[in-house]
This record gives sequence, C-alpha cells and structure tokens, in this order.
Amino acid sequence: MAETTIEEIIDDRPTGFKAVLSEFWSYFSENRGAVIGLFFFIAIVLIAIFADFIAPHAPNQQYREALLQPPFWQTGGEFRFPLGTDAIGRDMLSRLIYGSRYSLFIGCIVVSVSLIVGVILGLIAGFFRGKTDTFIMRIMDVVLAFPSLLLALVLVAILGPSLINAMIAIAIVQQPHYVRLTRAAVLSEMTKDYVTAARVIGVKTLRLMFITILPNCMAPLIVQAALSFSTAILDAAALGFLGMGAQPPTPEWGTMLAEAREFILRAWWVVTFPGIAILTTVLAINLMGDGLRDALDPKLKRS
Amino acid sequence: MSGEVVLQAVDLKRYYEVDRGTFKKPATLKALDGASFTLKKGKTLAIVGESGCGKSTMARLVTMIETPTSGQLIIGDEDVSHASRSTRSRLHKKVQIVFQDPYGSLNPRQKIGHSLEEPLLVNTSMKKAERREAALKMIRLVGLRPEHYDRYPHMFSGGQRQRIAVARALMLNPEIIVLDEPVSALDVSIQAQILNLIADLQQRFDLAYMFISHDLSVVKHIADEVMVMYLGKPVETGSRENIFARPHHPYTRALLSATPVADPFRNKERIVLRGELPSPIAPPSGCTFHPRCPSMTEKCTQASPELREIEGCMVACYHPKTY
Repeated sequence: MAETTIEEIIDDRPTGFKAVLSEFWSYFSENRGAVIGLFFFIAIVLIAIFADFIAPHAPNQQYREALLQPPFWQTGGEFRFPLGTDAIGRDMLSRLIYGSRYSLFIGCIVVSVSLIVGVILGLIAGFFRGKTDTFIMRIMDVVLAFPSLLLALVLVAILGPSLINAMIAIAIVQQPHYVRLTRAAVLSEMTKDYVTAARVIGVKTLRLMFITILPNCMAPLIVQAALSFSTAILDAAALGFLGMGAQPPTPEWGTMLAEAREFILRAWWVVTFPGIAILTTVLAINLMGDGLRDALDPKLKRS
Repeated sequence: MSGEVVLQAVDLKRYYEVDRGTFKKPATLKALDGASFTLKKGKTLAIVGESGCGKSTMARLVTMIETPTSGQLIIGDEDVSHASRSTRSRLHKKVQIVFQDPYGSLNPRQKIGHSLEEPLLVNTSMKKAERREAALKMIRLVGLRPEHYDRYPHMFSGGQRQRIAVARALMLNPEIIVLDEPVSALDVSIQAQILNLIADLQQRFDLAYMFISHDLSVVKHIADEVMVMYLGKPVETGSRENIFARPHHPYTRALLSATPVADPFRNKERIVLRGELPSPIAPPSGCTFHPRCPSMTEKCTQASPELREIEGCMVACYHPKTY
C-alpha cells in the first residue's frame, strides 16, 4: 500500500488532565470577581474543616457571666469574645465558624442529591423521548409551578422540621432545573453523528447514555451546580429562620438569625454577623459560578 | 473473493410519519420508496442524487440504525428485518459507517485511542493491551502517528479527523462500509488524500463500499457501479463507464451536465433543470421527475415507469436517450 504520509512535524502539544486544567484556569482567572470568590470559598471550606482548631470556644458553651456582650471594639466588649456573645452567653465567632460546616454540608448534600437524580431523570427524558419524556417533564413543570420556598416549607411541614428534611425539601425544589438542563443538553447531543456512530459500533443503551452522551452535557450542569449551591444555603437559612430547618441549639446561620430576632434592637451583632456570613458566602459562590460559566461555556470562548 | 455479494437490498422502503399539527392527519413522507441493489466484495456502489433524495436514509437503513418500513435487507445470507437481537448485533459488526462531518462524528470528550478501542471494548473480549495494540496499528494504517493516540479530536484538522473516522469504522473488520459523503466537508487537496486512503483500504481488506455522494467527479474517481436516485427512487443504475459515457435518464444527464469540467474548449451541452425538488410528502403523480423533465409527455404524468434494461443500464424512464 502506498504510504500516505501527512505532516512529519511531531505533534507534542500537551494532553491530559494538566493541559485541560491550565486552559480552564486561563479562562477562569480572566474574571477577577470569580478568582476572589474562589479564594473566599476555599477559605470558608478551610474554616469549616478546621473549625475545631480555629474556634476559640465550643459552639454551645454558655458563659453566664457574659450575656449579650458586644464585640470587642465597643465599650463593654472584650477580646475573649471577638464578635460578642448571644442572649445565653455563647460566643458568636465560634458559632459562626461552626455554622460554616452546616452551610457547606447543606450545599454539598442538596447539590449532589438534586444533581444525581436530576441528571438521571433528564437523561432518561431526553434519551427515550415520547411518553416517558412527557411524564417526567410535566411532573417537573408542576414542581416548578410553585414558589420554591413555599413548596419547601410545605414539604418540611409534612416531613417534620429538621435539618435533614429541610435538605430533602430543598433538593426536591431544585430538581427540575437539573432535569431541564440535562434534557436540553441530551437532546442537542443526540442529533450529533458521534452518537449515531457509537450506535453503529454496537454501544448499548446504558453505556451510550452515561459514557458517550453525559460527559458532553456536563458544562452547563457544573455551572448550575455551583450556582444552586448558594441557593441551597440561602434556602436552608430561610427555612432555619422560619423554624423549619435546623433546630436550636444547632449553630446554623439561619437558625441563629431566628433565635436572635427579639434582640435585634438591643444587640445588633447577634443578627448582623450571621447575616453577613450568609451574604458573603452566597456572594462568593455566585461570583465563582459566573467565572465557571465563562470558563466552561464554549459559546463564550474565544478561538 | 472479490465480486461475491455481501449485501442485497430488495425493494427497500422507509416511510416517516410527519406530524402536521394537532388537527391534521399525520402525513407520510416517503424518504425511500423502493430501492434494490447489491454490494459486492471489493467493489464500490456509488449512490448519487441531490439533497433529499433518500441517500442518507439509505445509509441509515443499511447500517441498521433504522429498520425499513418494508423490503428486504440481506447481509451475508441473513435477512436483517426479521433477525433476532443477537443476530442483529452480530450483523452490526459487519457494516460500519463514515460520516460526512468529521467534526460531529467524533466524541469531543474521548481520546482518539479510546474512540478506536470502543468498538473492541463493547464487542469483543480483548484485553486492554491487545486493544491498544490494535488501535495503534490502525492509527498507523490510516496514516496517522502513534502519538495521536492520546489526543482529543479538537486537536486535529478535518482531514485527520476523517482518517480517524475511517480507522474507527475499520476496527471491527467489517465487510461493508457506508461512506456518507466522506469527503464533501473537506478541502479539495485533502479530498484526494482521503479518497486514496479509502481506495487503498478497499484493496487491502477487500471491502464493499456504499459511497454516497452528490459530487460526480468524486464518484467518477472511485465508483464501480453508480445508482442515481431521485425523490426516494433509483432512476438509473449501471456501471461507472456506462453511466458517465452514456447516461440514459434525463435526470442523470442533467446531473452530469452540471459537473464542472476543467477544459475551456470543450463544448458542453448544459441541461438546466427548472423548479425545485418536489416535497416527498406530496410527490408528483406518475413519474416523480415529470414536472422538471425536458422530455416529458402525457404518459409520464399518469404512470410511474419501472426500471428496465437499456444498453446495459437499468433505467426508469419512458423516454430514455439511446445511443
């Protein structure tokens, strides 16, 4: 056979994980807000992991001699309690530090549950079309038709108020977004020739769904996961505030806000600091999510 | 053995139901309306026609992505339409396809090596090292380099991608390869390379090709037999020499006259077809070509002509040009 040679230049462009990562970083780092958000988020993760070493006090330790003590820079404050104490003498800073654990825990669990279930349902709907598709999507439309927090409240009211039930409720409420995103991505991938080629090769349905198609649908899902991480934290805080989420004395930020409601005029720090904690965490994650979208969405890519 | 029949299609039809809104009855789209042909070992059957004439539907039927509405498709000596699941999956290995668009036909998240190994992974019980070796061998065979094994598709040019697509089609040692306009998305210079590669591989593995194209100069280069399709039906079938030298059907003649020839002094008769390709949902009565045919008569609007032999070709026309 005639040797058909094409260019003899040896192609040594880097491949593999490292190259992908460096390309990702070059896009991600263009967005300064995203980088700040990322570092802030990493800081929160570290704080949550090392809470035992960082926190000056135990989160539920009550100091009866120091009730509602203001932060250290106000008269009456002391360095022992840098951000003051609450109505029963617990250190605010320690409770906030431990609270980050709950927030991240809620975010992770809610996102992974709704992501996994949503991706599977979306794949099934997009892959099989027809009646299955209609059935799944109409159920998701019903879920979407309710205001999300209201639905979550109803679900928690049925299941009984606890942190786990709140997470389940939030996961259910967030479900439809993943299903819709996955379905839309699957529908557009299904028309591509590589899917047909895989069929001709003899790839079976399950492998086709999860190994051929799914990896090509991941970019929008990752972005959605990052953004709904913050929604989950926010919703959990809202449920906590309404007494339907984590129950006292859990140092969850929303629950802390709820407990401190009656002291809002006398002691500003008991409501302000949990509020700021929620705000900054959610903001950081949202900024990071925006950066992720810029980095992963091929439509926004140059070249 | 060259010339042995590996695939036989008898009166293949494929209709689609087309939804026309809530209150109208669904219409029937006759994408392919009765085509018969055979593929022989080591030979190339070219299928020619304009867009929408059923070429790609034929590819989907032959590769068993879709089942025919009626008609027989016999691969080897087994009828696909009535075959059991296990027979079908066995027959799947015998027929592979190369697509037109090399950018869409490779999974962007799959390394080239994995793309090539996947057919072996899902169909055979070869070990990882054996699969890798087979993939590397195939990479070399289609004129790529071993270091391309770890590359992703986006790092390749269109021609290289098409080589990869050809390599993937060959991994299972198929007998038949459907080439669905394999070069029409490529530069002319690259087209020649890919066509040569395809021709080399045909000789080497004694492959039967079904070459779908609308580019007659490419067909002239590669085909042994040519089938001209119009609106889901073959209108003329014959050997390459016959079709190109003595086209009988007016549609074939129009197609041929539309092919550019790089010879400024050649006096060319140019047949220009009027009108558009009719909708396959509501095809014209009688011979479907009659609204655009220069030699149309009363008879053509009433009955559809059958294929009959005229000077070595099978032609479906009441008024073929004879030589």
